[in-house]
Amino acid sequence: MAEKVLMKGNEALAEAAIQAGCRHFFGYPITPQTELAAYMAKRMPKLGGTYLQAESELAAVNMVLGAAAAGVRAMTSSSSPGVSLKGEGISYMAGSDLPAVIINVQRGGPGLGGIQPSQADYWQATKALGHGDFQILVFAPSTVQEMVDLVALAFDRADEYRMPAMILADGMLGQMMEPVVLPEAHDVAAHEKPWAASGHKNERKHNIVNSLYLTPNALESLVVERYKRYEIVKANEQRAEEYLVDDADVVVVAYGASSRVARSAVNKAREKGLKAGLIRPITLWPFPVDTLKKAARHVKQFLTVEMSMGQMVDDVRLAVECKVPVSFYGRTGGVIPTPKEVLGEIEKLV
Amino acid sequence: MKDLNMLLAGFGGQGVLFAGKVAAYAGLIEGRELSWLPSYGPEMRGGTANCSVCLSDEPIGSPLVTNPNVLIAMNRPSLEKFVNDVEPGGVILLDSSLIEIPVEREDVTVCRVPASKIAEENGLSGLANMVLMGKLFEVVGFCKEETLDAALQKCIPARKAAMLDLNRKAIALGRAS
Amino acid sequence: MAVVFQKPSTLTDAPLHYCPGCTHGIIHRLVAQAIEELGIEGKTVGVASVGCSVMCYDYFSCDMVQAPHGRAQAVATGLKRARPDNVIFTYQGDGDLAAIGTAETVHAATRGENITVIFVNNAIYGMTGGQMAPTSLPDQITQTTPYGRDVNTAGYPVRVCEMLSTLDGVALAQRVTVDSVKNVNIARKAIKKAFQNQIEGKGYSIIEVLSTCPTNWGLSPVDALKWLDENMIPYYPLGVYKDGVKGDRLK
Repeated sequence: MAEKVLMKGNEALAEAAIQAGCRHFFGYPITPQTELAAYMAKRMPKLGGTYLQAESELAAVNMVLGAAAAGVRAMTSSSSPGVSLKGEGISYMAGSDLPAVIINVQRGGPGLGGIQPSQADYWQATKALGHGDFQILVFAPSTVQEMVDLVALAFDRADEYRMPAMILADGMLGQMMEPVVLPEAHDVAAHEKPWAASGHKNERKHNIVNSLYLTPNALESLVVERYKRYEIVKANEQRAEEYLVDDADVVVVAYGASSRVARSAVNKAREKGLKAGLIRPITLWPFPVDTLKKAARHVKQFLTVEMSMGQMVDDVRLAVECKVPVSFYGRTGGVIPTPKEVLGEIEKLV
Repeated sequence: MKDLNMLLAGFGGQGVLFAGKVAAYAGLIEGRELSWLPSYGPEMRGGTANCSVCLSDEPIGSPLVTNPNVLIAMNRPSLEKFVNDVEPGGVILLDSSLIEIPVEREDVTVCRVPASKIAEENGLSGLANMVLMGKLFEVVGFCKEETLDAALQKCIPARKAAMLDLNRKAIALGRAS
Repeated sequence: MAVVFQKPSTLTDAPLHYCPGCTHGIIHRLVAQAIEELGIEGKTVGVASVGCSVMCYDYFSCDMVQAPHGRAQAVATGLKRARPDNVIFTYQGDGDLAAIGTAETVHAATRGENITVIFVNNAIYGMTGGQMAPTSLPDQITQTTPYGRDVNTAGYPVRVCEMLSTLDGVALAQRVTVDSVKNVNIARKAIKKAFQNQIEGKGYSIIEVLSTCPTNWGLSPVDALKWLDENMIPYYPLGVYKDGVKGDRLK
C-alpha cells in the first residue's frame, strides 16, 4: 500500500484531481479554497498541464467548458460566492452534456457572508445551481481521505454519465490536515469521447457541442432523454454511510463537516446508553433515499444536523415520506455546532 | 496511548500552527488517527491564531476541539478565552513570560513555563512554541521520544535545515524546564 | 461547364438564416475560405457566441462549440489550452464581445491567448430586435434609445480595436468592412492572416468587421451600406491597429 501522508484538504483535492488525469485547472482566488489553486499552480507546469488564473469565476468555469468540450478532464474550484457565478457555465455544461468537476469549499452566506465553514449551499448544489431542468452529481466528503477518493469517483462518473459533478466540501475540510493515501494514477483513456469538439481530422462529420434548441419539441425530448439518464444515476449511484443504525432509535442525518460533529455526539450518546446512530449521505444528488427508507422502518426519530438553517432536512423528510418525525438542529454563518449541542438534541428526542 | 485533544492558541507568528503540525506528524508516524485544524482569518499577520490537534486510536469525530484536554496558551487573550473550556483533569501549558495572570482552576494541571524568556536567553528567539512542546512531551508524553524528533524533521523543509538543531535545542530546554 | 465560383467546402449545405442584406453571409464565407485555403478544417474548432450568429455552428463544417453569452473567448481559451495544436476561432457580435463579454475579451487579449477572434460590429443588438449595443453611435436610434443614444446617459461607443491594440498580448488588431469588392478583398486577407498568425503562434489576433443590420436599422440593404460608410467608418476608422507578435513592443 502507498505511504500515508499528511495533507490539507484543499491540497488533497488538487493532488487527487491530478492523479485522476486532470491536467487542466482554471480558477480564481477565494478563501477558504485558495490552497487548492496554489497547489495546482505549483504542480501543473511540471506535468505539462494547464493552470490558469482566470479574470473571474465566470471566465474560469467557461474555460472548463471549453476544455471539457475538447474532451479532456478539466476542473475548477471556488467557495460559495464564486460558485454562484459558476452557475451559468454549469447550466450550459449540463445542457451540452459535458463532464467536468467543480469544487465548492463552502463558506458562510448569503452575499459576501463570511469565510468560516458552512453548509448553506446544499440547495444551490442539489437543486438550483443554474437555470433550466438539470441535475449534477454532488459528492460530500467528510474526511481528507474521502476528498481524495471522491474526486477520482467524480471524474469517472462525470465522464460516464456526461454530466458535471461537484465536490461539496466546506472550509473546515478544506483547511484541515489528516493522513491520506493517494491513489495510483488513473487510467483516463477508458472513457472514449467521440462527441468531443477536438477537430474532426477530415475523418467524420463535424461535432457540435451545444445547448441551444429553438424547437420546443426537440428541446423537450433532449431534456426527457437526460432525465432518463438521471434515473439510471439515481438507481446506481446513491451512497451513504450507516453508523450504528441497526438498533438505533434516534438516527442523526448529517453530511460533511457536520457529520463529524454528529459522529462524536452519537459516540457520546452511546456511552450514556442511548441508542443513537448516524446516516451520512455521501452523495447529496442522487440523495441516498433507499438508505433512509430502510432505516425509517425501525427508527423512531430522525435528527438532521447541518451548518445551515436547514436545507438537506427537506430531502430527509421527502425520503422518509413523513412516516417518522424528522427534526432539525443547525448552526449557520460559519459557526460549527459542538458535539455537546448535538448530544443535547439527541437526548431531547429519546 | 491516551487521546490528545489539544488546542494551541496565541498570536499569529508565534508558531502555533507549526507546533500543532509537529504533534500531528508524531501521530502520523505512529500510525494513529489524527486531525489538524487551523483557525483562519482575513489577516495574514498579527491576528489571533489557534489550532486544534486530535490524536487518537479511534477515528476522529469533530476535528474542532471545543473541550481540550491540553491547552497551550501563548498569550493572555488565548488563556482567558479558553481556560474554562479545558476538560477537568486536563493540562494547561502557558508561556509565563507573556501571561502574568493566575489560572483560577483547581481541577486541571497548570504548567507555567517562561518559554519566551528561555528561548530569548538561549538565542532561540521565536522558538517559545517548541519550548512549550518540549514541556508538553514531558508532561503528557503524547508520543515516543524518537517519534518527536522524526516529526520535527518532517516539519522542517530541507531549505531550512539549519533550523532543525535550534528546534531540537528548544524542545530540550522545554523538557528540562 | 467550367465552375468559376463556388462556396468553400468548409461551409455546410445548411441554408443561412440571416436577413436579406445582412453581411454575416459574406463574413462567414471569408472565414470558411481562410480555413479552406490554409487546409486546417480537420483541426479547427469554432466557438459560436450568443447573438444573430449563434447558429453558425450549423454553417461551418469544422467542429463547433456554442458558448454562453459573452464567454466565447473563455471557452476558446479552454479549447486551445486543452489542445494547443488545434486552431480555435470565435465568431462574436458587438453585444457579446464588447458588452457582456468585455472582461473575457480584454483578458484573452492581454494573456496573448493564441486564438483568432472574428468580431462582427453592426452597432446594434440584432437577434433581440434592435436594442442599443456598446458600439451604437451617438444619437443612433434603437429600440432602447428611442430618442437617439444620449452620450450623457448611455455613454460613448467602444472602439474595440483601438482599446485592444494597447495590450501586449495582441499580435493583430485590424478593422475592416465588406461594403465593396475592394474592402471584401482586404477583409479576406486580414481574416486569413488572423488564422495564419495562430498557426505561427504569434498570439491573439482580432479582426473587427463593420457590418450592416438593414432590418433593425430600418433601411434597405443598399441604404444600410451607405449608412455604414457615412456614419460607422468615420467613428470606427478602418485600418491596422496592431500588427506583429505578442510582446514585441517590450523588446
